[in-house]
Amino acid sequence: MITTELAPINKDELMRSMGSKNLIAEDAVYLNDLTTLNLGPTHPATHGIFQNILQMDGERIVSGEPTVGYIHRAFEKIAENRPYYQITPLTDRMNYCSSPINNIGWWMTVEKLLGVQVPQKAQYMRIIMMELARIADHLICNSILGVDTGAFTGFLYVFQKREDIYEIYEEVCGARLTTNMGRLGGMERDFNDIAIAKIKKFIKDFPPVMKEFQSLFDRNRIFMDRTIDVGGITAERALNYGFTGPNLRATGVDYDVRVMNPYSGYQDFQFEVPIGESGDTYDRYCVRNEEIWQSLRIIEQAMEKLPKAEGGHFANDARYYLPAKADVYTKMEALIYHFKIIMGEIDAPVGEVYHAVEGGNGELGYYLISDGGRTPYRLHFRRPCFIYYQAFPEMCVGQSLSDAILTMSSLNVIAGELDA
Amino acid sequence: MQLSNRSKKVSNKKMTFAEKIYLPAIAGGLSITLKHFFRKNTATIKYPEQQRPMSQVFRGLHILKRDEEGRERCTACGLCALACPAEAITMVAEERKKGEEHLYREEKYASTYEVNMLRCIFCGLCEEACPKEAIFLQNNVMAPAFFERDQVIYGKDKLVEPVKKV
Ligand code: SF4
Ligand code: SF4
Repeated sequence: MITTELAPINKDELMRSMGSKNLIAEDAVYLNDLTTLNLGPTHPATHGIFQNILQMDGERIVSGEPTVGYIHRAFEKIAENRPYYQITPLTDRMNYCSSPINNIGWWMTVEKLLGVQVPQKAQYMRIIMMELARIADHLICNSILGVDTGAFTGFLYVFQKREDIYEIYEEVCGARLTTNMGRLGGMERDFNDIAIAKIKKFIKDFPPVMKEFQSLFDRNRIFMDRTIDVGGITAERALNYGFTGPNLRATGVDYDVRVMNPYSGYQDFQFEVPIGESGDTYDRYCVRNEEIWQSLRIIEQAMEKLPKAEGGHFANDARYYLPAKADVYTKMEALIYHFKIIMGEIDAPVGEVYHAVEGGNGELGYYLISDGGRTPYRLHFRRPCFIYYQAFPEMCVGQSLSDAILTMSSLNVIAGELDA
Repeated sequence: MQLSNRSKKVSNKKMTFAEKIYLPAIAGGLSITLKHFFRKNTATIKYPEQQRPMSQVFRGLHILKRDEEGRERCTACGLCALACPAEAITMVAEERKKGEEHLYREEKYASTYEVNMLRCIFCGLCEEACPKEAIFLQNNVMAPAFFERDQVIYGKDKLVEPVKKV
């Protein structure tokens, strides 16, 4: 049983487990000697807008106090005044490294509320897009971790492949970063030939680049020395905080929403759940790398299954899915449905649903309460970054400042998702 | 902790002797970077002169289309403004008068139509909402940079497709 209340932190024990020596001194004289360091809000090494007020004893961190809210945009409140389809652009801007996962996760939540069945083909298309997004997200995280350890080269090599992924997005939905992908009941359009060709090309070209990236970092002694035993967290503490995703798996708990609670047809796919040993930065790096390979495996399987999958790219449910444009221009009934859907009048039932997807960073949940109107009554995003960031001070106590930077970047805290 | 039977341990923190002495890793890393140094494939393009091919469905700058006879298609129904999550579109509707049939296709038209490009997030929902094939996001034109704030409120002068010369 995982308790929701946090156990009080025993500082002495914490320090010992972090391997630091004699850092605790209760006397005020000693505390007066500490330096207060403002890390952030706009520090280049934090990759986003967060502030950390660190108490430093020389180069060692004694305590940290994180501040959230620098780019708080009140998404949950805005969502209360928007019809369901206008909330997708809001979800783009949470974890902007993997927006398709956010978009599609949101649509699956609404579909759960409305009871829409998505055809198999649309599900597989979604899986392809989500796994591509995961690859892009992990590529950024790991290559930026490399940059933070001082190795810039690997970052540039893999960024070309991330660019390829963005071109696939562009072909599928029309934008690269803020994708606004998917529609209620499926996808907005079928993959065209260029998109399919680009995905196939990506599957072929990506492995050598990834291997090269890994050969630069995986067994490199400098990288290992910088990351092993840095920013570690035990499985128990991680679970108490509510960690999910790669950061939890790095501690050795193989929790993955795709396996534990399959959605969108993930049960049809073969993949493994990589886990680490002790939850330090190196573990997180290795877990993310392996997840990239597993995602690639899923995409390959999905591309094989896609031509044989049943159904079209959207659910044939006229109440929710926009009619074809040609019908709207000519047929009265289609035009009425078109108006109705665009005005947001989709007769949502009263009720509450929670749906979680395995986002780039962990369990990305949507808790939606509907009171039957055209907008949600209340919407809460369960944002994994928000949870990781709470644990950050505990994880960096006793380390040097440069290690804290690595810890933060390997947690993959993304400002947009942190603040929502 | 084991929750499924699919887990796989991936990190190995024990360094071998060769990894400890580090020299082979230096040579390996250098050979990779040197290979790239002599490789001829450039990832960048010389942007303003050279443009990358955009996808057919790319969501760029808006355009208000005319029909085959050169009349404005927009009927000021307001669906695009309603669908816009950023509340970027405003318009004023007007009745078509006698003698204006060659200008506007429907009986009602938008006498002013403005898109605030500072608010617009290029989500494409207006294009999807339009029942009259009027507003489109072009795939090859982007919203340009600007110097004054009023330059980014795009009125009909900038949005409506220019009349084709015969
Ligand atoms: S693209 Fe989106 S934000 Fe821009 S005007 Fe159209 S609906 Fe509004
Ligand atoms: S552009 Fe289309 S949706 Fe917008 S007012 Fe005109 S006809 Fe209606």
